[in-house]
Amino acid sequence: MNTKQTSKFSHSNASIMNRSTESLANPEELLVVKNLSVSFIQYAKGLKQLNLEVICDLNVSVNSGEIVAIVGSSGSGKSLLAHAILGILPTNAKVTGTIRYQGQALTTERQKVFRGREISLIPQSVNYLDPLMKVGEQVQNTIRTKDAKQLQQQVFERYHLSKEAGLLYPFQLSGGMARRVLVATAVSGGAKLIIADEPTPGLHPEVVAETLAHLKELANQGCGVMMITHDIEAAMKIADRIAVFYAGTTVEVAPIEDFKEGGEALRHPYTRALWMALPENDFKPIPGFQPTPTDLPPGCLFEPRCHLRTAECQCKKPEMQDLRGGQVRCIHAT
Amino acid sequence: MNSAKYVAGKALRMLTLLIALCIVSFILVKNSPIDPVQAYIGADMMRVSEEQREQIAENWGLDKPPVEQFISWAGAIVQGDFGTSMIYRVPVLTVIGNRFTASLALMGVAWLLSGIFGFLMGVIAGMNKGKLIDRAIKWYCLTLAATPTFWLGLILLMIFSVWLGWFPIGLGVPVGVLSENVTLSEKIYHLILPALTLSIVGVANIALHTRQKLLDVLESDYILFARANGESGLGLVWKHGVRNIMLPAVTLQFASFSELFGGSVLAEQVFSYPGLGQATVQAGLRGDVPLLLGIVLISAIFVFTGNLIGDIICSIVDPRIKEGRASV
Ligand code: SF4
Repeated sequence: MNTKQTSKFSHSNASIMNRSTESLANPEELLVVKNLSVSFIQYAKGLKQLNLEVICDLNVSVNSGEIVAIVGSSGSGKSLLAHAILGILPTNAKVTGTIRYQGQALTTERQKVFRGREISLIPQSVNYLDPLMKVGEQVQNTIRTKDAKQLQQQVFERYHLSKEAGLLYPFQLSGGMARRVLVATAVSGGAKLIIADEPTPGLHPEVVAETLAHLKELANQGCGVMMITHDIEAAMKIADRIAVFYAGTTVEVAPIEDFKEGGEALRHPYTRALWMALPENDFKPIPGFQPTPTDLPPGCLFEPRCHLRTAECQCKKPEMQDLRGGQVRCIHAT
Repeated sequence: MNSAKYVAGKALRMLTLLIALCIVSFILVKNSPIDPVQAYIGADMMRVSEEQREQIAENWGLDKPPVEQFISWAGAIVQGDFGTSMIYRVPVLTVIGNRFTASLALMGVAWLLSGIFGFLMGVIAGMNKGKLIDRAIKWYCLTLAATPTFWLGLILLMIFSVWLGWFPIGLGVPVGVLSENVTLSEKIYHLILPALTLSIVGVANIALHTRQKLLDVLESDYILFARANGESGLGLVWKHGVRNIMLPAVTLQFASFSELFGGSVLAEQVFSYPGLGQATVQAGLRGDVPLLLGIVLISAIFVFTGNLIGDIICSIVDPRIKEGRASV
C-alpha cells in the first residue's frame, strides 16, 4: 500500500492538517485538495488489520464561481471525497493529505462549523432525507436560525416549490420535486461551496436539464460547485473543468474545452478512452475493469489497461504533473 | 373506505384464527387423558357410583359423537356461554373476568415498565456502540433472554421478601382481610415484585431490538446527510433517530403480548398471584376443561388485539402507510 504520506495522524476521523505552510497563489481558489488519501481499517481473519485505501493521492481544486466535475465510474468511491471534505466519514476511516478552504486548512473543528453552512452537500436521492419528517421541516433544521421558517419558504419559492410541498414527506415527492428539494436544502444555509454528489442519477432528461441549470445558476452567483458524477455528458454540459477519477485518484484535470475538442487535446490515455466511449464518438467501451482497492497495480493504476504502457509504468506510480494548462498523472503524457 | 377494508380484513383474519383455535383446542382436550367426569367428581370419587357417573356423562352429552359435542359447545360459545368452571363452580366468564383484571394490572405495569426501560436501554446501547455501557446492556439482555421467568421470580422473592422482608411473599392481597377492605395501596404493594420480575425479563427483547434499529438508522443515508448539514450529537439522535425507531419499537411491544402472557403464567405461579396465569395452571392441572378452553380463547383474543393495536398505531402514525393508503 501507499505509504508516501509522511504525516500520519492518530485521529481516526477526518483530521486534515496543514502539511505545508506555503500561502496560496490564487486568491480565487476556494477549495484545494492535495494528496488526499482515505483508507479504512478492516479486521480480516485472526485480528489481522487490513488497510483498505479507497482514495489515494487525490488532487483537485475548486474556485469560486466555477463548476468542477469529478467524473468516474459508479461505485469507485467518489462519494467518499465529498464525505472527506465535509468530515463525515465513518469513524474507522483514516484521512491523510491536505484540504484547504479559503486558504486555510480545513480542520475537523472548521468542518464542524462549516458543514451545512459554508459547505453543503446536495445528496444523491431522497433517501438522504429523513423518511418520517416533512421536507419543509428538514430544510428548517439545516438552517438553524430563528427565521428558519421564513428562509425555508423563500428558498422553496426560489425553486418553484409550493408551500404545500413543504408539508410533504420525502416519499411523496416526484422525481423533479425531490431534486429541487435537495438543492433547496443545500443552498438554504447560504453555502459558498456546494458539493453535488451524483446529481443526475437515472433522471428524466428534463429533470437533468433543470438540475444542471440550478447548479450553473449557483456557480454564476459565485458559489464554487463540485459535481461528483459518473455521467461525463452531463458534466460536459456545465462544468468549467473536469477531473477524471480512476481507481481512487485523479488521473487528469482538464479544462472543458479540451473535452469538447477531445482526442489529442486530452492528456491521459484513460481520459481519451473515456472520450472515445461517448455515444457521439466511437461509443467503444474500454476493455478491462477498474482495479479494486484490494488489488491495485504496483505502478500506474491504469497500466493493465493502457495501450501506451512501457516497463517503466509498472514500477513507479506517476506523479501529478502540470501539462498544457491541465494536470495529468502519466509518465508518457503529451 | 380503505381503512374500513383494512379493519374488516383484520377482523376476518381474527375470526378464522379463532375458529381454527376452537377446533384444535377441542381436539386436543378430547384426546387428552383428562376425564371430565373424573375431574368433576374429584375427591368425591368414592361416594359416586358407576351409574351416577354415567348419568353425569349423559347429562353433559359426553356419550354423543365428538362432532356433535363440538357443535353444541361451539354453539354455546357463540352465544357467549363458556360454561361453568368445575373448580370454581361459577361461570367461566366470571372467573376469567375476575382473574383478568388482576392480571391486567400486573401485565400492564410490567408492559409499560419494560417498554420504557427497554427502549431507553436500547437507545443508550445503540448510541454508545462498542463501548462499555453497550456491552454491559447487551450482556444483561442476552443473559436475561436465557433466564427462566420463574427462576428470576424465586430469586427476587428470596432476596426481597424472605431476606429483606420488604415485600409480601405472595398473593395479590393481604391474608385475612375481606376483599372489600383491601386498599389500593395494598394491592399495589403485592403487585410490585411480580411486575418487577416480568419487566426485568421483558426489557431484553425490546432493548436489543431498539439497539439494532438505532444502529441501522445511524448508518442510514439520511443521518449522514443530517450530519453533512451540521447536525450532531444528541439532537441528531433525538430528531432523526428516535422518531424512526419509535414506530418499530411500539409495534414490537404490542406484538409481545403473547410473551407477556406466557411470562405472567409463570410469575403468577411463583408469587401465588391470583391472576389469569395462575387460573390457567390450575385449570390445566385439575382438568377444568371449560375454564381451560375459555382461557385459551380469551388469551388468543388478547394477543391478537395486541398485534392489531400495534398495526393500527403504526398505520396512523407512519405517514408512509397513512398517506400511502389515502392516496392509493
Ligand atoms: S503511466 Fe504508463 S501505463 Fe500509466 S497511463 Fe501513462 S502510459 Fe499508461
